[in-house]
Amino acid sequence: MSSLKNYDAIVIGGGHNGLTAAAYLGRAGKKVLVLERRYILGGAAVTEEVFPGFKFSVCSYVVSLMKANVIRELMLPKFGLEILPLESTFTPLENDYLLRTADSDQTYREIARHSLRDAEAYTRFGPLMGQIGMAVRPILETIAPNAIRPSLSDLFNTKKLLDHVNTLTTQQFEYLTKLMTMSSADFLDEWFEFEPLKATMSASGIIGTFMGPRSPGSAYVMLHHYMGDIDGAFRAWGFQKGGTGEVSMAIARSAEHFGVDIKTEASVMNVIIKNNKAVGVALENGDEYHSDIVISGLDPKQSFLNLVNENELPGEFVQDIKNFRIRGSSGKVNLALDGLPDFSCLPGNGHHLRGAISISPSYDHLENAYDEAKYGNFSKKPFMDVILPSVLDPEMAPPGKHVMSCFVQYAPYNIRGGWNDEKRDAFGDSVIDTLAHYAPNIKDIILHRQVLTPADLESTFGLTEGNIFHGELTIQQLFALRPAVRWADYTTPIRNYYQCGSGTHPGGGITGSPGEMAAKKILGIL
Amino acid sequence: MNYYNQFKANTQLKLSPFFERTSKLNESQEWRRWSGYLSATNYELTHENEYFAIRTKAALLDISPLKKYLVEGPDALNLLDRLVTRNIKICKVGQVMYTPWCDENGKVIDDGTVQRLSENRYRITSAEPNLDWINHVATGMKVKILDDSETTAALALQGPNSREILNSISEISLNNLKFFWMLNTNFNGMPVSISRTGYTGDLGYEIWMKSENALSIWDLLIQKGSAYGITPTGLHALDISRIEAGLILLDVDYISSRHAIIESRKSSPFELGLGWAVKMKKNDFIGKNSLKKELERGTEWEFVGIEIEWSDLENHYRNVGLAPGLPSTAWRTSTPLYFNTEQIGYATSGTWSPILKKYIALAHVKNEYSKKGTMLDFEIKIEHFKKTTMARVVNTPFFNPERKRSCPA
Repeated sequence: MSSLKNYDAIVIGGGHNGLTAAAYLGRAGKKVLVLERRYILGGAAVTEEVFPGFKFSVCSYVVSLMKANVIRELMLPKFGLEILPLESTFTPLENDYLLRTADSDQTYREIARHSLRDAEAYTRFGPLMGQIGMAVRPILETIAPNAIRPSLSDLFNTKKLLDHVNTLTTQQFEYLTKLMTMSSADFLDEWFEFEPLKATMSASGIIGTFMGPRSPGSAYVMLHHYMGDIDGAFRAWGFQKGGTGEVSMAIARSAEHFGVDIKTEASVMNVIIKNNKAVGVALENGDEYHSDIVISGLDPKQSFLNLVNENELPGEFVQDIKNFRIRGSSGKVNLALDGLPDFSCLPGNGHHLRGAISISPSYDHLENAYDEAKYGNFSKKPFMDVILPSVLDPEMAPPGKHVMSCFVQYAPYNIRGGWNDEKRDAFGDSVIDTLAHYAPNIKDIILHRQVLTPADLESTFGLTEGNIFHGELTIQQLFALRPAVRWADYTTPIRNYYQCGSGTHPGGGITGSPGEMAAKKILGIL
Repeated sequence: MNYYNQFKANTQLKLSPFFERTSKLNESQEWRRWSGYLSATNYELTHENEYFAIRTKAALLDISPLKKYLVEGPDALNLLDRLVTRNIKICKVGQVMYTPWCDENGKVIDDGTVQRLSENRYRITSAEPNLDWINHVATGMKVKILDDSETTAALALQGPNSREILNSISEISLNNLKFFWMLNTNFNGMPVSISRTGYTGDLGYEIWMKSENALSIWDLLIQKGSAYGITPTGLHALDISRIEAGLILLDVDYISSRHAIIESRKSSPFELGLGWAVKMKKNDFIGKNSLKKELERGTEWEFVGIEIEWSDLENHYRNVGLAPGLPSTAWRTSTPLYFNTEQIGYATSGTWSPILKKYIALAHVKNEYSKKGTMLDFEIKIEHFKKTTMARVVNTPFFNPERKRSCPA
């Protein structure tokens, strides 16, 4: 056992939030070390050449809500951040389709083809969500307060947030209340009548959660997703050139620019704690690193039930972390293709292949898919959010070839009898069959397929139960409750031990936000 | 239903039933969007000839992008009476009324015309889609509402020669058709309705027809009209003439309360110079209570015409060694208006009036600065530097020829 040089801070996990925290600390002049278990950086925001010549954004596949100030402060464009717009949302149907694009006239006309009423309502829905998002978004940009013993600055910040919410009109406030409490299906039913439109919009209320569109609470998840999509200036839904791994690499390059040391294939076994104080980490290979503070970018279950010994923590806190809902509900299928998929309802190449392709023809489709997962099976006809990265960035695949990323829901972590190779194949088959229903040529053009079940997401990427958000984005585990009350400000019951992953406020997605705010909190203490 | 791949067309915008003709006549190939339609900006390389066609000859405009709704049934009158601010009960069959309509808070949603086609049948025209709102108002009423926007094509024929052109084609003479009345007639056997309405403030008509007859009727008008100087005309010329006529434009001079994100963006009819169209003696209509309160406490904003004083403007330009620069087309950029140094309003659209030889604009000003003759300061930029120049509050319409309303003796 060797003891190596001292750092101001050690970050466990080279995911995009860990790297962001490290870059901010480095930027403030701290000596920082990032330790990543895998051979490659990025965590779930990673690009890998799984099949020769074909690059997959293996897990996370679109960039949402990446904070504008993080992009500026870490100078990410200089280090390779290039986000290409996702232009449209395409919902293939039986003999028909719904295609929403960035142009309001075109989208109006397309929705009016199905329902004039919806086309009109849609023009009012977006701005309304924008207003509500504007009032709520400062919450995402504020360090969550300690709700048990709020500090003076906690009170001050909370007052500021309430002032923002108070800018809403009575009617907007009514809608906010509904969004906080209703199911996305019920909420959208109040606005629209065309089922495929409602189902596709409701889908953003279920992504990453173990809920169906008719589950109460899903409307809030929809709002959370909407916030990346509403404001022209901050609009950041898009596809990173080179895949999402390049976002992580841009942050890593920025961190190195600020003097951060980064080590891959360095698997941390545990946090070294002396007198209830974190003093360093011990690696599986026996190395030890010492530092003033230790920051975990892993999910709360890993950070508190795995990296430290439970008896170092208060029993109530351990119980809170055990109760934290982190049920994996999704899988990922990545395909290397010999050509483009050809949709029966809209043949050929076109705008519809340049954005998201959503397999969400109806609420029933989504809810049936959820029902199967509820009882321990993967969905035979799953909901899917599909993109073709190579259409946006030809360098993702050899010339004329393509890669397809399919986010698939539902695939429960706790599948009946447990996941095995046979079940993984069957799950992959059901995804391909569902796709082939709309694009029959898909089976003929597959060169390689990579199927990731929640169990694979856990074993390869360290995501507990395969949950892509380090814990569901439901209202009882957000803001001051994420991951547990009193410890939502990135501190933990162990002194000098901090957390900065998606399991902290404001949650999952490629935002850089937990990493940034954790670093700012730490710099305020150090 | 036919599921062709509409996203492979050369344009993603809608094409009017007249596009077959207008696309070939548009020498400038300058187009604007109007309600999602491709609409000619000007047919020639500049719009001047088209503008003067409106004022001295006859201008032919494709106005098919207007939204058109048919309202029919025993409760049609009740619905309209509840919807709009004017007294629709006095609207006779064959009459047309211009009117705004409001939300429950008395803020304007849209403005347009209501045509009484028969006892229980009306057509509403509007700038924006209103189907959702009209349906909402019609809750519980025995009435059928049909969006007729795509099945009915429409042309405006505007200008002093428009009546003669129509008389040379129409089975029924238009000589006795009064301002804001309409009649049904036919052109070579094709049924059309003609209303004596328009958006230019001149003598003019709007012709409503089935989309399938659109091209034949266009051809007929061009053929018969050429001797009278008929001129296909685009939106640039129209915009100048509607400002001269003092007519407001949705999304330019005001924002629909259905789309205004914040309260201060909404306007009541009183704030848009449409007080004359609000009939407070009506039993009830949507927004009445709020408008009553507004009348009691007094309206905060007024909508006025302003005339930018020539001599002051000329001086500003002379100081930098230039002759006065004038906008070549109508503008739509909100422009501050000051009284002393305080901003007391803003102009929302303005133009050089080629017929009046005046620089005019439409503006929102605080009530106490709205009196005719009040001198205000209008913000301009001269050689990249901000200045203010004198502007006078005047009556609208700026231009109001007698022929607009008169009938031949």
